[in-house]
Amino acid sequence: MKTTSAIRFSGLWRRRAKPFRLTPTEKISAVMLVLLSIFMLMPLVYIFNNALKPYQELFNYPPTIWVRNPSMQNFIELWAITKNSAIPMSRYIFNSVFVAVATVVLVTGVSAMCAYPISKHKFPGHRIVFGSILVTLLFAPETVAIPRYLVVSNLGVMDTYFGHLLPMVAVPVGVFLMKQFIDQLPDELLDAAKIDGAKEFTIFLKIVIPICMPAVATISIIAFQDAWGNTETSTLFMQDETMKTFPFFISTLTSNMANNVARQGAAAAAALIMFLPNLIIFLIFQSKVITTMAHSGIK
Amino acid sequence: MLKAESKPINSLDATAAYNTARKTQSLLKTIWSYRVSYLFIAPFMICFILFIMIPVIAAFCLSFTYFNSLQPPRFVGWDNFRYMISQDLLFIKYALPNTFKFSVIVGPGGYLAAFFLAWLISILPRTSRKWFALAMYSPSLTGGIAMAIVWQPMLSGDRIGYLNSFLLKLGLVSEPQLWVTSKEYLMTSMIVVTLWSSMGIGFLAMLAGILNVNSELYEAGKLDGIRSRLEEIWYITIPSMKPQMLFGAVMAIVGTFKAGGIGSQLSGMNPTPEYSGHLIVNHINDYGFIRMELGYATALSVFLLLLMYVANKFCWSLFGTKEDE
Repeated sequence: MKTTSAIRFSGLWRRRAKPFRLTPTEKISAVMLVLLSIFMLMPLVYIFNNALKPYQELFNYPPTIWVRNPSMQNFIELWAITKNSAIPMSRYIFNSVFVAVATVVLVTGVSAMCAYPISKHKFPGHRIVFGSILVTLLFAPETVAIPRYLVVSNLGVMDTYFGHLLPMVAVPVGVFLMKQFIDQLPDELLDAAKIDGAKEFTIFLKIVIPICMPAVATISIIAFQDAWGNTETSTLFMQDETMKTFPFFISTLTSNMANNVARQGAAAAAALIMFLPNLIIFLIFQSKVITTMAHSGIK
Repeated sequence: MLKAESKPINSLDATAAYNTARKTQSLLKTIWSYRVSYLFIAPFMICFILFIMIPVIAAFCLSFTYFNSLQPPRFVGWDNFRYMISQDLLFIKYALPNTFKFSVIVGPGGYLAAFFLAWLISILPRTSRKWFALAMYSPSLTGGIAMAIVWQPMLSGDRIGYLNSFLLKLGLVSEPQLWVTSKEYLMTSMIVVTLWSSMGIGFLAMLAGILNVNSELYEAGKLDGIRSRLEEIWYITIPSMKPQMLFGAVMAIVGTFKAGGIGSQLSGMNPTPEYSGHLIVNHINDYGFIRMELGYATALSVFLLLLMYVANKFCWSLFGTKEDE
């Protein structure tokens, strides 16, 4: 069973593949999917064009979808908003990039380290540990923001990068996906390494991690998206303006934007800056994500 | 006589104590032999206990207190919950029904849509699958604040808004509608935008689940007299991807109940116009971080946690694996 599934996930996209000609059901589903894709992608197309539109085009009536004279004006304006304030925009972006990268490294490392013994060692209490992770999978930690705030303030990590990082490290979904993936590893492989005298840490680094790269990639993507778009830690745990992140800066920029169109161009540029890193990272690891998700089921 | 009776009991006690001592000793020995394993899980468990377990337990404790963050918490029994269901008009009139409406449509609706889309994609030849999956998934990449900005030009309340100008051109409306700043439309806009961005990892899990169904099962099903695609989904696809269905459901529930910022992000106002987009999460933040009534706010979050728990129990009973499977 284990070997067949190992073979199976290498050819996931190829499953149920059919010859080139489309059958009627395939045609219907293709048409529906094209229509739905247009709905899904339309707002993204708008925002992409709006970000590149010069000022006069933004307020044309009737509104146009495609940009005529693309310009970088909006990005320059976004940069200029913080020119006169004490904190330049580069500071927000630096904070965001640093926090996002550090979170990805910590979350993937910590999740993998936790998942490996739960899956393969069966130490006393592993059921309780995994059970409690499964239960918290059902809760969103955001709902208990107030006690979290109390914990963070009592730990004394307010206004430090630890305040951004530590609350984000424990991601139950990360451990869960990783554990399901490691379950597929044949025990014989690990036993063979142990007989050859490999230490647990060597086995983990040299065997488990390389084989579980798809799961590592998936968790990195999830962690990056969470950290890159996160405004919670900035709002709650950071009083010092120099410690806040880029999405928080955007949210201050856009409050009351529904009535006030003055900064729409700059906001569109900011949204594009938020969106593009997510898209690029997802595109790079896409096939790995699907492979991991095949083992995501809760049994 | 008493002595004679007590003697055997004493010796029984002694053997029992000896046995438990040996048991704990051997347990400690096994635990010690697994010390590396505990070292491996330590970093996660420390953060997990600090930032997830303790907050959840603390929420349950604080929900029975009056706490304003200046004075130490004072025990008030069930008062917070009593106030919640009998006197808190904002909660009864807006937060609760809004959350109910929002989550009933977004939760199951988004979930069914995700399954349907994943199934449509799985029908297609493999070269095109990747691109459609990307198209469906990419909205969820905008999460958080970017999501509201992305929809801003679309829903803006003047005639420059794309939706307004489109409807005006068709003659369906006579004047621009306030899609995000009026109480009539805000909830609908919130639901549409959230549904739009809800094809996240739950959707990917279901897609992978469908693609992973053993194709021999389909052939066997055909021989056994399954005629329509619908029967095929019901009798083969769903039963063989139950675990992924459950994972998708859990993700959908969590995503739905934690959504709260979207109303004020879209309308640019907090609280939302006439509380039309007021959800329980907004209510918690309102009491917790503006009125500083932390005790009552945590009582509200305990209520929300219980709601999530009930919804999850329901999904486990639908898709959970039974003992014999």
